[in-house]
Amino acid sequence: MPLNMRAALVSVAILFVWLLLWESATPVPEATEALSEFELLMGGADQEARVPPPSKVVGHAWDELSNPFYDAGPNDKGIGIQLGYSLYRVLTGYLAAALIAIPLGFVIGMSPLMYKALNPFIQVLRPISPLAWMPLALFIIKDSEKSAIFVIFICSIWPMLINTAFGVANVRGDWLRVAKTHELGPLSTAFRVILPAAAPTILTGMRISIGIAWLVIVAAEMLVGGTGIGYYVWNEWNNLDLNSVIFSILMIGVVGMLLDLALSAVSRLVQYQE
Amino acid sequence: MSKSFLSVESLSKSFPASGKNEDLVVFENVDFKIEQGEFVCIIGHSGCGKSTILNILAGLDSASDGVVIMDGREVAGPSLERGVVFQNYSLLPWLSALQNVIFGVRSRWPQWSKKQIQEHSEKFLKLVGLEEAMQRKPAQLSGGMRQRVSIARAFATQPKLLLLDEPFGALDALTRGNIQDELLKIWSETKQTVFMITHDVDEAILLADRVLLMSNGPRASIAESVSISIPRPRDRSSIIEHPGYYKIRNHLVNFLVKRAGDKEDSGSGTRIVDPAADAPVDAGAQSDLLRSAPGQEKSFKVSG
Ligand SMILES: Nc1ncnc2c1ncn2[C@@H]1O[C@H](COP(=O)(O)OP(=O)(O)OP(=O)(O)O)[C@@H](O)[C@H]1O
Ligand SMILES: [Mg+2]
Repeated sequence: MPLNMRAALVSVAILFVWLLLWESATPVPEATEALSEFELLMGGADQEARVPPPSKVVGHAWDELSNPFYDAGPNDKGIGIQLGYSLYRVLTGYLAAALIAIPLGFVIGMSPLMYKALNPFIQVLRPISPLAWMPLALFIIKDSEKSAIFVIFICSIWPMLINTAFGVANVRGDWLRVAKTHELGPLSTAFRVILPAAAPTILTGMRISIGIAWLVIVAAEMLVGGTGIGYYVWNEWNNLDLNSVIFSILMIGVVGMLLDLALSAVSRLVQYQE
Repeated sequence: MSKSFLSVESLSKSFPASGKNEDLVVFENVDFKIEQGEFVCIIGHSGCGKSTILNILAGLDSASDGVVIMDGREVAGPSLERGVVFQNYSLLPWLSALQNVIFGVRSRWPQWSKKQIQEHSEKFLKLVGLEEAMQRKPAQLSGGMRQRVSIARAFATQPKLLLLDEPFGALDALTRGNIQDELLKIWSETKQTVFMITHDVDEAILLADRVLLMSNGPRASIAESVSISIPRPRDRSSIIEHPGYYKIRNHLVNFLVKRAGDKEDSGSGTRIVDPAADAPVDAGAQSDLLRSAPGQEKSFKVSG
């Protein structure tokens, strides 16, 4: 049997065992339906088992996914709409970061002077948790939506900037000599030699960035509220709807994986073998 | 002053001292000329500065002293007039073989149409026997095939001077022989001027009109200019039957083994030698095959 098939079988087996354990560890509390919301908030009749079993989560997921775009007021929107808000913010902040980080990374990578001059700033700004910018962003921008986008921008800029600079600075001397002996100007050299040579490294940076941006958006939306998957998780927690919490955690994982897959597909396009 | 196509005049290169040491003078007083259409090989022990000379000719490196004049103009910086084939092929790995050649052709004639560029590039890939592999990336080609692409790229841009830095150094003997044939074929069709570094005496005799012998560094120089007076077209299997072949070969090997390190050689100008002729040659008695004008190379310089 090919390796992929066997791996898939093992994956399914692990999932099955895990679901079985989970299901058996969380028996549906009897009479849950009969408890009032007040009792639920107080912990209900059953003091321990609050986590719903997978069978209930799957049932709930089915309901949610069969109507993902409904909109019944500010606190009750479909999962598709919430994910859409988050994706919009992530992509906007991320693309803005790319538009700045990649050209700037080129400059830093090509000029030792600029590298030395900008390095201290990068070293100080990079380790700052993106959420630490939130109060300042809210104060200056005065708009929670735009502040969330700014936080995504600031967290996704560093990996792209650093990887672009690194990739550009480390283009093989041989290839630059090819450019020189063919009398390529600086712009031609940048586009015809340096960009394709550094593209795999740049794409690695973009992939790291999108991963971080997706991590950060959940936290940012928990802070600013209103819409988005982060807000949704927090809101459902406040509603003590753990079915929804678990379901949305899974959805965050799935969307993050899809974003990563998309970028890895792009990076395969620019990959080359030496 | 002569009107040679390429003239290298009292070239020297030194690298700044590291620590308390003196400056490292790699070579000095390097003088030689190359005529239009001539195929010149340079041989010398490792580290004597052959690649450095080639890079200066290419305009990729600058000399500490002296000038290189090509076609009446001083060489300053790289130019498409001088094509380079590097030892490690230097193909762009994200481009296919054809695209690599197109890269060169497009840089050379930006005004050409796409179709014209493509046809011209394909023609040169066919000349080196790669019509089957044009769409493959360098990583999918063998070392010999990569070197052929690199040679096709250099010839396709039709530079006035081709510089080859040990182009076959990394190849096995069989492949090397085949590509030498390709190189001879393409050279005889294009009649380009070639300056080539090699470590292989037989290769030099097969290909060159003239072989420059470099003494050992530091302070290396061109000790001898050896004419290879074996008529063309030459052929790898029959060339060894030529009566002059072993005389030339012995002369070259003898230099490399015994005399390359002699310090009297360096700095005292370049000797002109034609081992295939019995007597030492006189500049006037050169056959038509030798397009060099050796008389002018006898520049007796005081040793530095
Ligand atoms: N940047 C540098 N700094 C100091 N010395 C250098 C530098 N580059 C080259 N050299 C020295 O210059 C000398 C000539 O180098 P070069 O590469 O031209 O030799 P070569 O004749 O091509 O040797 P090979 O046959 O091994 O390729 C060497 O002794 C090397 O140590
Ligand atoms: Mg060398």
